[in-house]
Amino acid sequence: MAQNGTIENGLARNACPPPLPQPVKIPEIKHTKIFINNEWHTAIKGKTFPTINPATGVKICDVEEADKADVDEAVKAAKAAGQRGSEWRRMDASSRGGLLHRLADLLERERFVLATLESMDTGKPFLHAFFVDLDGSIKTLRYYAGWADKIHGKTMPVDENFVCFTKHEPVGVCGAIIPWNFPLLMFTWKIAPALACGNTVVIKPAEQTPLTALHVGALIKEAGFPPGVVNIVPGFGPTAGAAIASHMNIDKVAFTGSTEVGQLIKAAAAKSNLKRVTLELGGKNPCIVFADSDLQSAVEETQKGSFFNQGQACTAASRVYVEEPIYDEFVRLSVERAKNIAIGDPMEPRTSHGPQIDQHQFDKILELVASGKKEGATLECGGCAVEDRGLFIHPTIFSDVKDHMRIAKEEIFGPVQCIMKFKMQEEVIDRANSSQYGLTAAVFTRDVHRAMSVSAALEAGTVWVNCYNALHAQAPFGGFKMSGNGRELGEYALAEYTEVKAITIKLREQLTL
Amino acid sequence: MAKKCLPLNIPHVSEPLEGIFINNEWHDSVSGKVFSTYNPATGEKICDVQEADKADVDKAVQAARLAFSLGSVWRKMDASERGRLLFKLANLVERDSAYLATLESLDTGKPFLSSFFVDLQGTIKTFRYFAGWADKIHGSTIPTDGEYFTLTRHEPIGVCGQIVPWNFPLVMTAWKLGPALSCGNTVVLKPAEQTPLTCLYIGALIKEAGFPPGVVNILPGYGPTAGAAIASHMGIDKVAFTGSTEVGKLIQEAAGKSNLKRVTLELGGKNPNIIFADADFELAVEQAHQGVFFNSGQCCTAGSRIFVEEPIYEEFVRRSVERAQRRTVGNPFDPTTEQGPQVSAEQQSRVLELIQSGITEGAKLECGGKAPPSKGFFVEPTVFSDVQDHMRIAKEEIFGPVQQIMKFKTIEEVIERANNTEYGLAAAVFTTDLNKAMNVSAALQAGTVWINCYNALSCQCPFGGFKMSGNGRELGEIGLKEYTEVKTITMKMSGKKS
Repeated sequence: MAQNGTIENGLARNACPPPLPQPVKIPEIKHTKIFINNEWHTAIKGKTFPTINPATGVKICDVEEADKADVDEAVKAAKAAGQRGSEWRRMDASSRGGLLHRLADLLERERFVLATLESMDTGKPFLHAFFVDLDGSIKTLRYYAGWADKIHGKTMPVDENFVCFTKHEPVGVCGAIIPWNFPLLMFTWKIAPALACGNTVVIKPAEQTPLTALHVGALIKEAGFPPGVVNIVPGFGPTAGAAIASHMNIDKVAFTGSTEVGQLIKAAAAKSNLKRVTLELGGKNPCIVFADSDLQSAVEETQKGSFFNQGQACTAASRVYVEEPIYDEFVRLSVERAKNIAIGDPMEPRTSHGPQIDQHQFDKILELVASGKKEGATLECGGCAVEDRGLFIHPTIFSDVKDHMRIAKEEIFGPVQCIMKFKMQEEVIDRANSSQYGLTAAVFTRDVHRAMSVSAALEAGTVWVNCYNALHAQAPFGGFKMSGNGRELGEYALAEYTEVKAITIKLREQLTL
Repeated sequence: MAKKCLPLNIPHVSEPLEGIFINNEWHDSVSGKVFSTYNPATGEKICDVQEADKADVDKAVQAARLAFSLGSVWRKMDASERGRLLFKLANLVERDSAYLATLESLDTGKPFLSSFFVDLQGTIKTFRYFAGWADKIHGSTIPTDGEYFTLTRHEPIGVCGQIVPWNFPLVMTAWKLGPALSCGNTVVLKPAEQTPLTCLYIGALIKEAGFPPGVVNILPGYGPTAGAAIASHMGIDKVAFTGSTEVGKLIQEAAGKSNLKRVTLELGGKNPNIIFADADFELAVEQAHQGVFFNSGQCCTAGSRIFVEEPIYEEFVRRSVERAQRRTVGNPFDPTTEQGPQVSAEQQSRVLELIQSGITEGAKLECGGKAPPSKGFFVEPTVFSDVQDHMRIAKEEIFGPVQQIMKFKTIEEVIERANNTEYGLAAAVFTTDLNKAMNVSAALQAGTVWINCYNALSCQCPFGGFKMSGNGRELGEIGLKEYTEVKTITMKMSGKKS
């Protein structure tokens, strides 16, 4: 494996390698077709769609566009691959784990290419893709590789002459629809637990960002997964996505995206065949900064929370409640910090802030920013697009935000931080909880009692104490209320990808329980 | 037509590792003593190995304690990273399979193909299985009464002493190291004096994999010296022993007398194999044969009491004898060999003595019964029929290639007879009837019950003994329990919320 991309970047072999990894030159995008049965297919209807680099506005390449007919083919393949007696169903659970480990090895091998592709397709800084997205993806695969042969049913003492035990079987064909903000990471969050539990998969990457998913398709084949176990159908929500949500032969659908679309998916699942549904949706995540917190650290962590990935995260810390005594200082430090965020070419190592994903998102964010100004919040910095720079928006901070303002209620999905003031602990808990969302929250305090009681009181699936975005493959993630249904990651995800069968055997007589 | 190739042993094993492994370094014994290890197929010495005694155990415990101290590299390492190291170790064992299988066969006398396909695979799979558990060792949060918040942490116990036997040196090493390291403990491990070589090689791989110094320490030596030092050491928090029931009792006593270190024991067995008339006959004969003769009978799980239902008894005996007579005994490196020697002269004479007792006490010797005229510590595959429950061969663990076949009439009778032993490690039932299978397996006092199979062991499943066959379980999720110490943390909270 090339070290730090030196060879691809034309540096002499015996020159001192640069300290940070660098993007690699990708002369041609190798994988742009639909992946079914470990083979590459063109779309049945013959359509393609372009994928654009949001940092430059330039088309990267065209990708085959899957529609209902292609989804049907994929489902057929997935169903056959998961049938009783198939290679996949007869494989030792430990071997399924072995394949997932092998896939993780291949992602490691292809780390530079994948990070470069991810950065090109999403606009996220290359170093973020390399160190965060790729790291998370590899670790998620390895974590679930370890679970494959540890999925236990139980035996239980029932009344009378029966032997009773459960088996945790695969659900069957799992549809997955993933978003554009962390394409590769979301891909692994979906396939890893699904495959560990013995399911087969039909997965649709977002139309904005299909490339890393398709590259991993090739690695799935190389790793040795039997044909049909994973099928990848790049395409659009209203066509391919809807086809998945309402397919009569898909047994479960997992969706990560907006709450609005999540509701459509759940309704379609019910209307069709009551397929099992898990949803990871939006958030309007509150941070609560108490006066006794480490102020510098709180400023840093909340900024990361608000601006990481250009604010395009379901976990975005878009409401920051600061206790009155430290409010002014907090705003001042935040603004100072925000002004120093390095905006630039995602491929450059110094860049930590790239473009928004596309025009639609860009427009939506600026519209909400305008509403903030109109509704009377104080614009502290940013609040506009970067001049002559396409889809880039300046990191933006509003202070004196009131709870009724649109920027305080609606998910912005952009680099916009709203800072509000609070006086009392009970007050701020109520304000933090008064949202239909409930994905994440954070508490900043040195006091152990406060940390424990506030985290217990917050209606959020993940509560961070003195940190932000601390996500780990071992810990469950998901939303209260309308931020979602079910949990991903950790042991908890396994429950979403297994179907429990209870087997009860009657005996003629029983000698002992 | 291309023939599928069998793996080949390494032709010459030169200079196996023979030092004491402490802090990722190789040491000579403090006393300067060495002991010899022999090839039981020829009786020839392989090499000398440094002999660890109490002073060396003290050094090792010091290293292991330091590696375990708060703030150490090992204690601060991500659990997932511990898993990565175990996974790496598995890969290295796989890389060196041919070498390790050769060394194992040289030191134990087991057939090379057995070493390669059974022992090596078992070792690799066990390391991989426990690698997967490392970052999945969960405590709980608990709804206690009162204004409290309670959580549990499943912490490593500390320094674990581990004493492994000579019948499956490499596999037993993996069964011990796997869960211990997965849970974050540090280890002082003593391989059996008859078979130290593969375990020492694992030391080199532990270092190559990147485990911090002091996490695993390997001390070849004898039971009454190094083993006893481990069992009674005040600086060791837990001892795990696999071996004879007799020594197991000494270990547990020493643990109690010293510092109440936690104890797990995997001891002997006199395992009943019950064959009903409705069993798949061919399958039962073959499985019963392998069940008792595998590894020259040197298995704690050896199915050494075979109860056959009266209607099929005569035929079963006849077919078993025929099968035993066909069993190929010889050079472990010959691919057609099914059975190698016993591990030592001592074991060989013990087996022969018990065979003599069978003859003296009136069992019918159907075949075998003596040592073949060759170098090495071999014993012929031996079958006794008309064995009565009171005979020594029906009660004592033989640990040799000696099959006892008994007759039974009713299901209640055979269950009672099968359970009538202080042992309780494994058992088997051969039947096609659902009710018999479920009822008999529920009634048998054994830690593992096989139905229509024998020796079907897998790292995902718990293994251990009822009664005097042991305490605790190894392997499976349950194996982790023995390597964690549970800490309950209760914090005062106000504003209770469910």
